[in-house]
Amino acid sequence: MNIKVIEQKCTGCTLCVKTCPFSCIKMVNKKAVIDLDTCTLCGACVEVCKFDAIELKRDSGSTPNKEEYKGIWVFAEQKKGIIQSVVYELLGKSRELAKKLDAEVSCVLLGHDMKDTAQELIHRGADNVYIVDAPELKHFLDEPYTKVLVNLIRKYRPEIFLCGATFIGRSLISRVAVKLHTGLTADCTELDIDDAEKYLLQTRPAFGGNIMATILSKNYRPQMATVRHKVMKESECDTSRKGKIIEETATPALLRSRTKLLDIVEEISSTVNLAEADIIVSGGRGMKGPENFSILNELAEALGGAVGSSRAAVDSDWIAYSHQVGQTGKTVCPDIYIACGISGQIQHLVGMQSAKTIIAVNQDPGAPIFTVADYGIVGDLFEVIPLLTKKFKEALSK
Amino acid sequence: MNVIICIKQVPDTTQVQIDPETNTLIREGVESIINPFDMYAIEEGVRIKEKFGGKATVLSMGPPQAEAALKEAISMGCDEAILVSDRAFAGSDTLATGYTLAKAIEKTGNFDIILCGKQASDGDTAQVGPGIATQLDIPQVTYVKKIEKIEEKSAVVERMTEEGYEIVQTSLPCLLTVVKEINEPRIPSLKGRMKAKKTIVTSWKAIDLDVEENRLGLTGSPTWVSKIFTPPARPQGEIFEGPADETTSKLVNLLKNHLS
Amino acid sequence: MIDYLFTEDQVMIRDLCREITDEKIRPVAAELDRTEEFPWDVLKVMADSDLFGLYIDEKYGGMGFGIMNLCIATEEFSKGCGGIAICYAASALGAYPIILYGSEEQKEKYLPDLAAGKKLAAFGITEPAAGSDASAMQTTAKKDGNHYILNGTKHFITNGGEAQVYTVVAMTDKSKGARGASVFIVDKDTPGFTFGKKEDKLGIRASATRELIFTDCKIPKENLIGREGQGFIVAMKTFDTSRPGIGAQAVGIAQGALDAALQYARERKQFGKSISSFQGIQFMLADMATQIEAARALVYASAREVDSGKKNVSMNSAMAKLYASDVAMKVTTDCVQIFGGYGYMKEYPAEKYMRDAKITQIYEGTNQVQRNIIALSLIKQKVRK
Repeated sequence: MNIKVIEQKCTGCTLCVKTCPFSCIKMVNKKAVIDLDTCTLCGACVEVCKFDAIELKRDSGSTPNKEEYKGIWVFAEQKKGIIQSVVYELLGKSRELAKKLDAEVSCVLLGHDMKDTAQELIHRGADNVYIVDAPELKHFLDEPYTKVLVNLIRKYRPEIFLCGATFIGRSLISRVAVKLHTGLTADCTELDIDDAEKYLLQTRPAFGGNIMATILSKNYRPQMATVRHKVMKESECDTSRKGKIIEETATPALLRSRTKLLDIVEEISSTVNLAEADIIVSGGRGMKGPENFSILNELAEALGGAVGSSRAAVDSDWIAYSHQVGQTGKTVCPDIYIACGISGQIQHLVGMQSAKTIIAVNQDPGAPIFTVADYGIVGDLFEVIPLLTKKFKEALSK
Repeated sequence: MNVIICIKQVPDTTQVQIDPETNTLIREGVESIINPFDMYAIEEGVRIKEKFGGKATVLSMGPPQAEAALKEAISMGCDEAILVSDRAFAGSDTLATGYTLAKAIEKTGNFDIILCGKQASDGDTAQVGPGIATQLDIPQVTYVKKIEKIEEKSAVVERMTEEGYEIVQTSLPCLLTVVKEINEPRIPSLKGRMKAKKTIVTSWKAIDLDVEENRLGLTGSPTWVSKIFTPPARPQGEIFEGPADETTSKLVNLLKNHLS
Repeated sequence: MIDYLFTEDQVMIRDLCREITDEKIRPVAAELDRTEEFPWDVLKVMADSDLFGLYIDEKYGGMGFGIMNLCIATEEFSKGCGGIAICYAASALGAYPIILYGSEEQKEKYLPDLAAGKKLAAFGITEPAAGSDASAMQTTAKKDGNHYILNGTKHFITNGGEAQVYTVVAMTDKSKGARGASVFIVDKDTPGFTFGKKEDKLGIRASATRELIFTDCKIPKENLIGREGQGFIVAMKTFDTSRPGIGAQAVGIAQGALDAALQYARERKQFGKSISSFQGIQFMLADMATQIEAARALVYASAREVDSGKKNVSMNSAMAKLYASDVAMKVTTDCVQIFGGYGYMKEYPAEKYMRDAKITQIYEGTNQVQRNIIALSLIKQKVRK
């Protein structure tokens, strides 16, 4: 068995019992006993034990020649030829990490007719841009993107590979990591470099944000992570920056795909792209009906934001599913999140509690949404929201 | 059409609470449920089987208790259930999990479509589905919100994106991960429940699969959890009560600077 | 709740019906009460869940259970909405004449679709001038070769207009009075069979209540259930069997009201305390719970007696219907009282329970008729001894 308690060292302090996120340690005769049927070998108890009384054996393999992997790569996700803003956020973070590693930051850009865009990536902080140009890469498809990326990574061996935790990123990088047989951490909200060993410290929420886990990929390269949108600060654009553009080609075999994109449908409502929105105005059961969402649209418009909703509103067919924030909807991280008539069930909080500022408007002062709100208004939202719209408009026009 | 549905048993997060003293999860008394996203995968799999004939097999890797989740899938209309359970799998990260499930799927024989929920509600990685597809070297379409058409050797599906959706054609066999919008899972019927009670779940251990031991469990997992901690609680906010005219003015004044 | 020693199957039925109630009935109950829209979507879920087959023999595609399990289902649905529950239970009432007295051919023709929930059934006995006095019935069925010709009007028929299969009582020989009645199966699309207006009701508004109008309606003679003149026996036996189901509906409505009252009493604060801490409220809650439990025990006992095959169950099933419906009226009225002013408002669920409860004291024999049945049985028993 991989985990065991060394009885001679265990003092019965119960710290591990309190720490175990899976409640599988009990005290028996003042010694810790781990229930091996429920233990997931997460190692939280090992970390917390002050007496080194818990041993977790990891006889993991490793990537051959892992010392040869150098540099940080960022996947430059583009849609219709436009670089997605999460890429600039990753470049901002990568420059910080690169300083600690004394390494270069590179972007990898797959697309068609995008050479001008490569320069923009250099202005935003890339030292190198690897670009693969092919009509087959114009739009994202899992297989060609995976094969081309795997090919490049094998050739250039970056130490760290980062990608936005977008629909494309999470689909693509999962495949790439398996092909490379390396570790991948999903949806990170924090990245850092370990001072001593120079590992990439990848921190992400688990259990819907109730706990945070820092994850390492010690023995495998590249260390790969997808990163949540809007958590990190975008890099500044500096047109004086210089860098190299390296053009790579892809063989027809790499570009072959068993899936084919037939059409792209953009939904008419411009206020749907919640992941990109800096401000989200969200409505829940308290909206009472679909007709009332107009007051949220007006507030969102005044603030230049998007409209979200709770599951209750979507399930009642008041608003389309694409607006749903929460566990079965989207996870968002805007600057300001205004929750209107949303009680704040845990499933909703999971999707929005990393917003920088949370504002709640609710009739019930006991609603759980107020426990996460930075500011709250207790009152009738049908009175409060139109007033807010009016006053924000006045304030912003000054 | 032979469909394989991969599911995970997870703690019901609607019941998970935080102990305010120790700031840790209270898991005692928390029920285990089928990962909510997997419910849509099960429903879609059963619908495909009902429409095109064939077999729907539900598969899970997990502790012996996960048998309950598999039986629930049977009650919804799946024909066969397989539990892959062994201490050797403990500590698996997404790479090792994808590998193990892919090996189990290989053992089940021929299949046309593999369905997974878009992600599990406890880990939220969304990596296992694509991981299985890659291990099996089949195409994948993630975040599927509608299956438009299934033919003998291909399928057309709608894939959710940030802006809307894409219409994607894929050859079969393939793996699809599905989102909530795809369907409304049925309530298991009385006959379904009775059948589930009688169904014997097939159980496979590591030795039953054609696997390399060093690719399983903790040993086969490149990622390690080095630290688990509770995020600092949000500081107590400012709550305004009183006439709407006053409360809204206070809020707008506080936020004005944020917005410009 | 007392442990009634449910079998595994019964626990499964209860859990399934509870799930349907929570997920499909509660969310629409208030809306359907307002719009009077017939709950086809919910009935479809019940059908897909095999629940219309509960009380129908396995031979005809049912689950082969009896009245007890039907009561479990009806009680659970009624906790969410007494109106939706009666759409379900009234189909059983319409089917029972076929189940109890139908020929093999009739069973094979009608029961599989009813068990699958593909068709809904309704039972027609009441007429404008023949309520409690069923012998005053005017609807006639005249033999004409291989057919019967029906003329007359039935009214207040639950599932009227929505059901596809009707079991209808009509006089084949008026001179014989009660012994001249017979029961027929009438398909919805039979020429000469039309429906009157939908009634605007106090409660159970999700259910449909209409007149059945027969104008020279010609039906094949094979649609006669049992023999000519057997009509009242078929009807009485049907009611003996179905009455515990009305009891179960009443228990469900009462339990739903108690649950709502209990939750409200815990949340509502007055004088700085939750009102559930006041003895006046506590005593009401205690009485409500006790009365419901007594009613439930009586309903289950009588349902089990019906299922046991015992011959004369009239008195006990009448007691179950009578007591449970009186309890439902009392408990739901108290529920409104606990809700106070809010209880009187349609925005809160309390008043609907009270409106829904009232009908259980009236239909399938008014509670006065039930008392007659009970008293007559008592006297008969005494005489026999």
